[in-house]
Amino acid sequence: MHLILFFLFAGLCLAGAINLLLQTHPINSALSLIVVMTSLAVLYLLLGAEFLAIAQIIVYAGAVMVLFTFVVMLLNAGREERTLGSRAGARVGFPAVAVLLAVLATVLLHAQGLTAAHLGAGLTDAKSGTNLDILSQVLFHELLLPFEVTSVLILIAILGAVALARADGSKTGGAEGTAEK
Amino acid sequence: MSFLQHDVPLNWYLLLSAALFSLGVVGFLIKRNLITVFMSIELMLNAVNLSFVAFAYQWHAVKGQIFVFFVMMVAAAEAAVGLAIIIAVFRARATLAVDRINLMKL
Repeated sequence: MHLILFFLFAGLCLAGAINLLLQTHPINSALSLIVVMTSLAVLYLLLGAEFLAIAQIIVYAGAVMVLFTFVVMLLNAGREERTLGSRAGARVGFPAVAVLLAVLATVLLHAQGLTAAHLGAGLTDAKSGTNLDILSQVLFHELLLPFEVTSVLILIAILGAVALARADGSKTGGAEGTAEK
Repeated sequence: MSFLQHDVPLNWYLLLSAALFSLGVVGFLIKRNLITVFMSIELMLNAVNLSFVAFAYQWHAVKGQIFVFFVMMVAAAEAAVGLAIIIAVFRARATLAVDRINLMKL
């Protein structure tokens, strides 16, 4: 079952990522990125990270991608044109990235000591509660300060987004930051 | 049906993560639209998150998953600010093609 689900959603992930590259219109790229993020959420679920799977769907596939599609539609972004820069990028970039991927694949496939993931395995031994219990224990006790600092970061990001996107003095450029939280 | 009980080696998850990261790098290099370039960066962040989750599974480390949570938060903040910058750039230049946005000066 795990194998089937893994191949299904890993294939969906890769297909979405390749489609992101092949599409020339940004809205199609944004939609295929949503496919990638949602299938990644399922893969997180397979690896026993329920909280992250839900957070991935809400934060990434929800908030961030809504923001992306909103900006694509707001700016009325059209098809991209092929230029000298993209040809040079393709000519130099593709071999370099192929080499990078080959090296990574060789290292990863020969890595020893990695376990096989099976469904239903928790983060720790099952006696101390569910994954979510353990996660919230650590997040809200040991790592409370970083968590609070993150909320300050989000607040600053909202203010920065509003300040940056606002047209000079006359009218506000939309509430980009408010879509986040 | 031994096929149904088959487990997935963690190496495959890491390989998928590497492949997604490489596709993100390729997108960053060949795409000529500012928004699509930004989407490729998000794809790379997601790929790294997947390997974080895989390693958290391997070593039963809760903090690995919490790190992914923090990466998500920072990525959300980054997306808000980055898209605001893209809107500002579009206002100044009336284009999203990265080849035409080659001067910092207006």
